[in-house]
Amino acid sequence: MAATVEHVMVSSTAENSMSMKKALSAASPLTLRIIAECPVTKARACDLTLPHCNVTTPVFMPVGTQGTLKGITVDQLESLGCQICLGNTYHLGMRPGPDLIEKAKGLHGFMNWKRNLLTDSGGFQMVSLVELSEVTEEGVNFKSPYDGKEILLSPEKSIGIQNSLGSDIMMQLDDVVSSTVKGPRVEEAMHRSIRWLDRCIAANKNPDKQNLFAIIQGGLDAELRKACLKEMTLRDVPGFAIGGLSGGEEKNDFWRMVTLSTDHLPREKPRYLMGVGYAVDLVVCVALGCDMFDCVFPTRTARFGSALVPWGSLQVKQKQYAKDFLPIDPDCNCPTCKRHSRAYLHALFKSDTAAMHHVTIHNIAYQLSLMRSVRQSIIEGRFPEFIRTFMKRMFPSRDDYPGWAVDALASVNVTLD
Amino acid sequence: MKLELSRVIQGGARLGVLQGIGRTGQLSLKVPGCLLYTHFGTVPHLTQDTLQTISILPSVTQVTLSNIAEHQEVLEEFKDGFKKFAGLHDTVLYCSLHDPATRSPTGYATNKTVSVWGSGGRIELTASKFMALLKTVKPDWYQSMADGETWPANTSRKRIRKSVDRTLAYLDECLLVHQKSQGLDGVELFGVVEGGDVMEERVRSARETAKRPVAGFCLDGLQTGSVDQALRTQLITSMTKELPEDKPRLLQGVGRPDEVLACVEAGVDLFEGFFPFQVTERGCALCFNYDVSPDPERAVLELNEEERSAGGDTQPKGDLNCEDQTQMTSFEMNLKDKRYGDDFKPLVEGCGCYCCRNHQRAYLHHLLVTNELLAGVLLMIHNITHYQNFFGAVREALAADKMDLLKRRVLGESRNSD
Repeated sequence: MAATVEHVMVSSTAENSMSMKKALSAASPLTLRIIAECPVTKARACDLTLPHCNVTTPVFMPVGTQGTLKGITVDQLESLGCQICLGNTYHLGMRPGPDLIEKAKGLHGFMNWKRNLLTDSGGFQMVSLVELSEVTEEGVNFKSPYDGKEILLSPEKSIGIQNSLGSDIMMQLDDVVSSTVKGPRVEEAMHRSIRWLDRCIAANKNPDKQNLFAIIQGGLDAELRKACLKEMTLRDVPGFAIGGLSGGEEKNDFWRMVTLSTDHLPREKPRYLMGVGYAVDLVVCVALGCDMFDCVFPTRTARFGSALVPWGSLQVKQKQYAKDFLPIDPDCNCPTCKRHSRAYLHALFKSDTAAMHHVTIHNIAYQLSLMRSVRQSIIEGRFPEFIRTFMKRMFPSRDDYPGWAVDALASVNVTLD
Repeated sequence: MKLELSRVIQGGARLGVLQGIGRTGQLSLKVPGCLLYTHFGTVPHLTQDTLQTISILPSVTQVTLSNIAEHQEVLEEFKDGFKKFAGLHDTVLYCSLHDPATRSPTGYATNKTVSVWGSGGRIELTASKFMALLKTVKPDWYQSMADGETWPANTSRKRIRKSVDRTLAYLDECLLVHQKSQGLDGVELFGVVEGGDVMEERVRSARETAKRPVAGFCLDGLQTGSVDQALRTQLITSMTKELPEDKPRLLQGVGRPDEVLACVEAGVDLFEGFFPFQVTERGCALCFNYDVSPDPERAVLELNEEERSAGGDTQPKGDLNCEDQTQMTSFEMNLKDKRYGDDFKPLVEGCGCYCCRNHQRAYLHHLLVTNELLAGVLLMIHNITHYQNFFGAVREALAADKMDLLKRRVLGESRNSD
């Protein structure tokens, strides 16, 4: 559904002055329609229209780092109901490189995925994956692990690669600092991320087809976060991500930064909480006002035989499942649970890699199904009840409820009995 | 089960259909044909969804005791047989002793036992344990217990004679149990013919096995790398002379297209379908030509010649005595090769499989270079499809007297059409 919107263009000069141009565009590459808002919490259920198809939120986005979702075909992914998944600029920028992907008609053409793609900027990998990386105002300098060459990933370079990839949502290059770091570096990174946002906006060659999201930084410092929010929300980007969390920080600090961020983000734009994927975290952060999530955890843990279920996880490779003839989750409708038992999968892990694919399919189905249930409960005005049922199922007793989750939910008026 | 032959080429190839197979007798298998190779009931890399994208699946699925033996307790507790346990589609289940894609160590067979290798190590099987296992598996077909440890090059004549004697003794023990067991009612037992590379022993083994009430014959000990094809052909011919015409012959451990063609001409009906898996594991895609249709303009022909002549790390055609089964053959293309990095054609033009309809060589190359699991999935789909189409071409060639043309196509000696 095309909508006429005011498309505000922001460009920055070397002196960082801003000039605003108002232009009317016929169709925005992103429109958000709020279907329902929870009267108790900050949760919303929305329809997010992107160039390739509609996305219903809250949404969990599986991560297909290198242009593939770990052994799952695009048909299987589509059948599971996935409407958007992730690709990674750092990995794909290295191999096979943006030029080849452009020749292949973008990442969509290269992997033959007909729905939406979101690409991360490469910023996080620069820090998490590579030993020798150095951040300057220009960008992130690092040594390629494949051929030892020195590469500079600047905001312009990152957006250039993402333009070639042709993703529906692109992430700005941000100055990423681990959430456990304290001190002046955090503030420096926050300010730099704002400057880099402006450079990313200026560098985007396809603003009518590709949506550039800003990433709020500021670590675990409320004042820094607020300053970042104030500045970044002045830019007219189609969506905002909350970054710099989901690292090793204390959960108590984590949720406070999430809720602070959503308090200061515009209502009518999507909120993407990066790197969050554990079921409890998803449910709580939806209550705190987030719409979109991504995480490697469900697909990664599947390859180790760990199946996600409403009561936690099930390690199918463990001896206790050798003679268990139930499916992973008797209530699950995924292809794996409809056909195979825990016992078969347990045995199959000794014989063939397909065992991993079965669990991967189940875990994606679990995550997507969870988000669908959350959405439905918001639409039907019973999200707080859903949360309570969810928590009861997930934890053996009230004493096991994580303290941070109890506090976070209380902050949005949900008490867990 | 009934083998209906529509053509028998004098002293050699047969063309026909195995009718009335499976529990309900509703399935059939065209011969010459190959079986569906699995690891513990799963086609390598594939789930049911990806498997069912292959439109021409063999109706007989192979499982091996080397995968299954260690799970006997679980199957016994499950009670309902392996097909149900594995969530298999509607198929005929054939149970063999060993996995044809891996070589088992030799030196373990005794007068009373054979050994299989599971994930936890060696498992010794007496005839009674063997039969007990099969009763819990509940296959539709199975091969009798056999001593096939004669494939190494310097196996003595004495050892070969022993393997024939033992295999017959095991067969008789298995038959006794089979005939007494209600649980094996309607299940077809295949006798195994041994004899190493000694003609007399091959004849003896075939003759003796044919005297027993078996449903078909497995020809063992001739796997790729054990003997060269010329000798293999001779040995097969000597065996098939002793075997009844109306029972199927399954050749174990041979899957290379050139060897398949020669063995079909020597009288083999069925092959194990492990070759596509081996090709997949080395990151390669089958691309050899098998086109015997009258139209010379088919893209498959051109494409194939192009791949063949492009060099790279291919080895000479019809390489005899190829010791290393993991070595790339000239029937495939190595997608890790740099030249495919920006090649946006499908693996094989006109193939029609899920991989060729949806993906390009450049993408497969990328998946292989980055060690992504999807490579195995897509290659397995393509390689099974290509291989199955090859068998279709074999049957077509037999029906239309075009075996010579097919051989030329497959072995790549003709660059121009006829």
